[in-house]
Amino acid sequence: MDNVVELNNVTKQFKDFSVKDLNLQVKRGFVHGFIGANGAGKSTTIKMMMNLLKPDAGEVKVFDLDYKKYEKTIKERIGFVYDGNVFYEGLNLKDIKRIVAPAYKHWDNALFSHYTSQFELPMNKSIKNFSKGMQMKASLAVALSHHAELIIMDEPTAGLDPIFRRELLGLLQELMIDGNRTIFFSTHITTDLDRIADYIAFIHKGKLIFDKSVHDVAENYAIVKGRTDLLDQDTEQAFFHIHRAATGFEGLTDDVRNAERTFGGEVVIERASLEDIMYYVKGGLQHV
Amino acid sequence: MQIIISNSSKEPIYEQITNQIKSSILTGELQEGSPIPSMRKLAKDLQISVITTKRAYEELEKAGFIYSIVGKGSFVAEQNLEVIKEKKLKVVEEQLNEVIMNSREIGLSLDELQQLLKILYEE
Repeated sequence: MDNVVELNNVTKQFKDFSVKDLNLQVKRGFVHGFIGANGAGKSTTIKMMMNLLKPDAGEVKVFDLDYKKYEKTIKERIGFVYDGNVFYEGLNLKDIKRIVAPAYKHWDNALFSHYTSQFELPMNKSIKNFSKGMQMKASLAVALSHHAELIIMDEPTAGLDPIFRRELLGLLQELMIDGNRTIFFSTHITTDLDRIADYIAFIHKGKLIFDKSVHDVAENYAIVKGRTDLLDQDTEQAFFHIHRAATGFEGLTDDVRNAERTFGGEVVIERASLEDIMYYVKGGLQHV
Repeated sequence: MQIIISNSSKEPIYEQITNQIKSSILTGELQEGSPIPSMRKLAKDLQISVITTKRAYEELEKAGFIYSIVGKGSFVAEQNLEVIKEKKLKVVEEQLNEVIMNSREIGLSLDELQQLLKILYEE
């Protein structure tokens, strides 16, 4: 299987925060979700993918090419959407088309008209009078109109209402019918991913916790609930953070079969949602 | 092709898909050689991830229910022995269920029923 993006041992150090030794592969033809709490390093990672930040160490390859030599070629093939307005606020979509179109070899006016009318975007109204959802649609329309193979989105659904979020997910799925397109997007709204993501990468405090297919996540992670007297130094090893209460314990495991062997029918084992996983991992890494 | 997915079911979504397509094939609703939607189209229609429909199709292929031709799509396979066996097994299961229901009605225990079955089977 070929990767459209590869991060190999990527490290970026800031004063009070760092992304450490990150390895990530984004596979062609799939939707790759990127989750993590605010400040976990999602945007930093995406900026390195886009060459807006240079890593201190490690290697970033997009379409198997190196930014040092092929920046323009790479950028031609990426559609980038991020949270917030990319454009000068005083401009309208007509102006933006005039400015952006010449920058891309494969700009497609017909496609741009198609998306702007599908998204019901006014061409003559200045962007500053657009709602948050409309601004998002506008940057998406631009990103989709130069036949990008890779769509990278940083928090595209943040601040959008649930109806538009669903519409957006439907649209993304439509894009995926063409098997050559890849979508990588970060979000902390994990329900967006439950529906459409094929792979999930989870970053926590600058470290990648996992990068797996949704099946691997669903088949290995689980919430285990049971009586507190089942816990001892050995059995506790099976869990990330354990939540204890007078009524019993709840813990996250990444090896559900092991938990089944250890506790047998003594506990309730439930599927862990991405939100559960984020919550428990944030609670502390006990055995990692 | 009608497929209904339950998000609250314990059964994984790919299994729900394989089971429903299998039963459409076994009941003859999907005929031998007829095309089924591409996995990407199906993912979009069901609003689920591509990797889920991909897994469902892989399982169906492995079990011989469908086959895929690159660039052409996926089709219902000629029914092989295993498929027929599964078909029959389903019928047997249904018949046994009836037997169990009848036995319960007259208070026949599992042991007694098993004995009866053993005698008849070895005859």
